[in-house]
Amino acid sequence: MSLVLKNVSKIFEDSKEDVLYRINLEIKKGEFVCVVGKSGCGKSTLLNLIAGLEKPTEGEILLNGNPVTAPGSDRTVMFQEHALFPWLSVVQNVKFGMKMARVSPKEQEEKAMKYLQMVGLAEYKDHAIHQLSGGMRQRVALARAMTMDSAILLMDEPFSALDKQTSNRLRSELQDMWLRTRQTILFITHSVEEAVYLADRIVIMSPSAHSIANIVPVELERPRHVYDAEFVEYRRKILKEVEGNQEK
Amino acid sequence: MKKSQIKNTKWISEVIFLCGVLILWQLLYVLGVDILSLWKPYAMPSPAGVLKSLCALLSDMSLLTAVGYSLLRGISGYMISIVTGCFLGFLMNHFPYLRQNLRPVVMGIQTLPSVCWVPFSILWFGLTQQAIIFVVIMGSAFSIAIAADNAIRNVPVIYKKAALTMGADSKQIYREIILPASLPELISGLKQGWSFAWRALMSGEVMTTCIGLGQTLIEGRNLADINQVMLVMIVIVLIGILIDQIIFSKLERHVYQKRGL
Ligand SMILES: Nc1ncnc2c1ncn2[C@@H]1O[C@H](COP(=O)(O)OP(=O)(O)OP(=O)(O)O)[C@@H](O)[C@H]1O
Ligand SMILES: [Mg+2]
Repeated sequence: MSLVLKNVSKIFEDSKEDVLYRINLEIKKGEFVCVVGKSGCGKSTLLNLIAGLEKPTEGEILLNGNPVTAPGSDRTVMFQEHALFPWLSVVQNVKFGMKMARVSPKEQEEKAMKYLQMVGLAEYKDHAIHQLSGGMRQRVALARAMTMDSAILLMDEPFSALDKQTSNRLRSELQDMWLRTRQTILFITHSVEEAVYLADRIVIMSPSAHSIANIVPVELERPRHVYDAEFVEYRRKILKEVEGNQEK
Repeated sequence: MKKSQIKNTKWISEVIFLCGVLILWQLLYVLGVDILSLWKPYAMPSPAGVLKSLCALLSDMSLLTAVGYSLLRGISGYMISIVTGCFLGFLMNHFPYLRQNLRPVVMGIQTLPSVCWVPFSILWFGLTQQAIIFVVIMGSAFSIAIAADNAIRNVPVIYKKAALTMGADSKQIYREIILPASLPELISGLKQGWSFAWRALMSGEVMTTCIGLGQTLIEGRNLADINQVMLVMIVIVLIGILIDQIIFSKLERHVYQKRGL
């Protein structure tokens, strides 16, 4: 599996400026890629283009050599605000994608329970969504996204609406999950710390050039710890680049 | 236990209040008609007179027959309204052209009081059942169409996006997302549609000659029996409240509660 962006540009109809200009990026199977950058630099737009929710003005996006033209289950998105369906129970939500794909009920049940167990919410399977806390909701959303076995999982600031403590816990759970499954992930965040914690490579977006400023590989052992000297060093270096781009 | 106690006392106080109103009404009648002769007896109903009317109409079964016919007509017209209204709402959502051009027209027609359809319907259908049902449909279908259109439009985009990236096709989006997501608002719209249908039914029945509550009301007027008129009005109100409370409010509460709204 490989995802390739070739000279991808995006201009919205109602704005004259490019939101993204000639983006080139390749993501390989099993990679965890984080995108960081200041608010409004086009991170979500990039993700929506890959998801097929928006169309590029120029360039092409290829998944395994095939151009991306529409949304599909091979590129599941996990949104910032939980996009769980309030009319379905927890387990029905997790089964949703499999139901769309007409997976047999038995397999739906098995797989849903497997991932609910992985996020530690098996006993909440019959709860209503409104009975869950924000952190639990994002865990359910993660379980739901994982059942899709997407070629690439797209995550748009999935933890940024949560309090610091909860979001730290969730990112460490996500790391555990990733170590077990090696699901290919494109993860968008405005937190450099989160990116250094999770990523194999960090894509730094430049708001002034509307493109990629730099791509930094993170060569740290996993599991990572935010207080390690090396971690702090990475964080400092990337933070400087992100801020530096801002000033230009 | 506490909660049910509160409910009990509420219920009791309501009954006491209604009894008070009835007693006051009877006193007023005695004072105004019998003692001071302010009103003519045929122009002023009294609780006792309404009760007598009730017994008379119950004993010859005419009240129940009228209620039965009215309900049957109201419900069948309303059902047709639901189907056509929801279909119209769906069309306006699916085709931007219709949203732009048809919606304002439907909005306009919706403001028309249902009585206005009576001349049309009598010319087309005569003094028949169909004429009444036509008025009911015209009186409620358009409001249901607007409500359905709004309900569909207010479905958060993020639900559709999430479903699309989980591989849902457009048919599945309608069945699994738009329908359930718009349900709470749709039910509120249907509830309002019923109240329009029920009112339209009365305008229709009053104008034609088919057996029904509207005719019983007119018959009361023709016989100068103000008590019968009053009785029918009370029955119309009671049926309206009953259907609202028994069917729609329960349904609404169930759907809203399940989603924590
Ligand atoms: N549908 C749209 N139509 C017009 N302009 C848009 C649209 N969506 C985004 N934009 C513009 O594109 C730019 C990038 O938006 P985007 O949401 O991708 O930023 P972001 O990096 O995700 O920001 P944040 O970190 O705040 O989420 C912004 O200037 C925004 O105003
Ligand atoms: Mg964003």
